[in-house]
Amino acid sequence: MGIQNLLWQVAKKSFTGSIIGLTISDRCCSVVPVRGDSMSPTFNPQKNSYLDDYVLVDKFCLKDYKFARGDVVVFGSPTHYRDRYIKRIVGMPGEWISSSRDVIRVPEGHCWVEGDNKTSSLDSRTFGPIPLGLIQGRVTRVVWPPQRLGKIS
Amino acid sequence: MASPSSFWSKAFRDAIKSGVFIAKIYCFLHVTTNHLGFMAYAYGPSMTPTLHSSGNVLLAERITKRSQKPSRGDIVVIRSPENPNKTPIKRVIGIEGDRISFVIDPRKNDQSETIVVPKGHVFVQGDYMHNSRDSRNFGPIPYGLIQGRVLWRVWPFQDFGPLEPTLT
Repeated sequence: MGIQNLLWQVAKKSFTGSIIGLTISDRCCSVVPVRGDSMSPTFNPQKNSYLDDYVLVDKFCLKDYKFARGDVVVFGSPTHYRDRYIKRIVGMPGEWISSSRDVIRVPEGHCWVEGDNKTSSLDSRTFGPIPLGLIQGRVTRVVWPPQRLGKIS
Repeated sequence: MASPSSFWSKAFRDAIKSGVFIAKIYCFLHVTTNHLGFMAYAYGPSMTPTLHSSGNVLLAERITKRSQKPSRGDIVVIRSPENPNKTPIKRVIGIEGDRISFVIDPRKNDQSETIVVPKGHVFVQGDYMHNSRDSRNFGPIPYGLIQGRVLWRVWPFQDFGPLEPTLT
């Protein structure tokens, strides 16, 4: 039957395509939307805009977990494991961070993350330093909207 | 009789086809090990007598960690909060909300401490408490650090079989 054969071919091709797409998204890079304004003005600089920024997340850095202060990273939330946040690393292991009341040392294997918009950002000032193992990728460029296309600092 | 140029173009096309085939195999293996289940080689004294310190090959699965939270007694592969490149294997002793009392260092003295496991975290401990770096040292770990749940021991063959979920 021609139709059956055609459907089988389409199913095979889409299965292979989805496997390859999943591998590329896990190993190479993926595109994610940025929700909320905790990283203004780097992402979503206008509040209440109808278009969210989309950013390119690089996954090659997960091979050795080598990060540096100033990287913007995507990580899983330590309290709600299904949520993912995008924040900037401001403290690497061994460094001292001064929060409102005291000075904290970032432990080995952890990092201190903060949003660029300190007034409305849920970050390490609330849940403490996060283990580097929770990081799922590093943001390298903005891909949408096209006016702000380009690398980020 | 094939001419030399068509021989090279045929060889080139065959090389592309094998390359695509190898890429498909690689992607299939990646999806299986990262989303279904993987084999792990475990060694070290921290989980005796459950796991031999000289080495075991274990089968771990990644499916249940998406839908349900880990339960007490599971043996899990975690990413160490002290060094993200290491993946030790420990047992889950407490889940969020549990009150855990433990002896901080059984080799030194009997001083104990009691903590409540915070939301979204688990308390993991090695079965051989005298030689194990676990949540008694680095505190409860978030669910996101759990890589998979150990189901089965494949090698050594004398002990081929499932690993019990509760502490023996």
